[in-house]
Amino acid sequence: MKVTQGTFSFLPDLTDAQITAQVQYCLDQGWAPGIEYTDDPHPRNTYWELWGMPMFDLADAAGVVMELNACRKAHGNLYIRINAFDSTHGWETVRMSFMVNRPANEPGFRLERTEGPGRTIAYTTHAYATDQPEGDRYG
Amino acid sequence: MADDVQLPDLIDLKADIEHTGVAEVLDRLDRELVGLAPVKQRIRETAALLVVERARQQLGLNNEPPTLHMSFTGNPGTGKTTVAMRMADILHRLGYSRRGHLVSVTRDDLVGQYIGHTAPKTKEIVKKAMGGVLFIDEAYYLYRPENERDYGQEAIEILLQVMENQRDDLVVILAGYADRMARFFESNPGFRSRITHHIDFPDYGDGELMIIADKMLEQQNFRFDDEARAAFADYIPLRRAQEHFANARSIRNAIDRMRLRLANRIFSAEALVSRDDLMTIREADVRASRVYSGGLLAGLDLKED
Repeated sequence: MKVTQGTFSFLPDLTDAQITAQVQYCLDQGWAPGIEYTDDPHPRNTYWELWGMPMFDLADAAGVVMELNACRKAHGNLYIRINAFDSTHGWETVRMSFMVNRPANEPGFRLERTEGPGRTIAYTTHAYATDQPEGDRYG
Repeated sequence: MADDVQLPDLIDLKADIEHTGVAEVLDRLDRELVGLAPVKQRIRETAALLVVERARQQLGLNNEPPTLHMSFTGNPGTGKTTVAMRMADILHRLGYSRRGHLVSVTRDDLVGQYIGHTAPKTKEIVKKAMGGVLFIDEAYYLYRPENERDYGQEAIEILLQVMENQRDDLVVILAGYADRMARFFESNPGFRSRITHHIDFPDYGDGELMIIADKMLEQQNFRFDDEARAAFADYIPLRRAQEHFANARSIRNAIDRMRLRLANRIFSAEALVSRDDLMTIREADVRASRVYSGGLLAGLDLKED
């Protein structure tokens, strides 16, 4: 099951040239791109691991792509995304976030139903990958 | 794929130069920078090489991007940084550098203070310079042979790697004194083999420094009167003979001090000042300099006595 989130989530995975162009767009807007990775695919997993600091004051996307390639080298079989942070007063938030890497095999989610009092049912999504401990989830 | 692309038969180099605006940058270089004839010549040659390389690329004659890393050698104040900025502009106009910005750094910006500090620091600078030109002033300080645990070596390794692998993303210009750069290249063959363009900056002549002084004053809306100009013409060879002479930079500092004396003089005169008073540097402002009485060292001796 292909996990999607963020900007471009309905499109096929971006190619490297497309990633470079999107990062350049972020830089031209004055946003600071940051690279993050995780091995927990749950949609409520908001805070991913930082790959280095967010990159302020860059002029060209080549620097970000260099870091992305380094991150892929270390965590090539995990989820990696690029966040673009806008530091202008009043925004001070992530303006764009898109996935740039995913594991080769994504086992997907199980739906868990928990019966409560009065035959009410609570639903939970459970990622098969998280049955394994952190670090062992994607080969 | 590449075979299907129709290659043009003829390329008009003149039109290419006109179109990219490189001719304009070169003309401005000629107009605005005093002297430096050999440097201007070398830059014209380099620009010609780049235009021709580009034409060859368009005709499918080479695929390898040319190595553009350079070294600028010369004494302080001979215009290395200024020329580097123009070079960035030229590279940008010819399409060899995507953004055309210049990031100017020294050892302190690249080398960290403890283990594990250098690599992220160097990488951050490299990332900032991507798509433009990285100008490393006094590059020989990166290499300190007397201390084998110096972190400079780590910065050098990262730089060499980027200079080799990301040649189309980043142009590196190393700058510094000629003799120390020569020693630096001897002990770092990696740098020597990756740098193809060496440009040597000669010292300015006394006449050229006078022209530079006039230009600087004009930019700041000041001027010499005749006696002051004569006094300053005496000043230049005297200053040159003294310690820490830094060509155009020494001239700029001298001008700053003359402005200070000018301000003091008209302030203490307590009369109404005219536009002319505020603009004209007089002989007394020039002659008050320590340079005429033997310079910095003479001044120090007096203090010690």
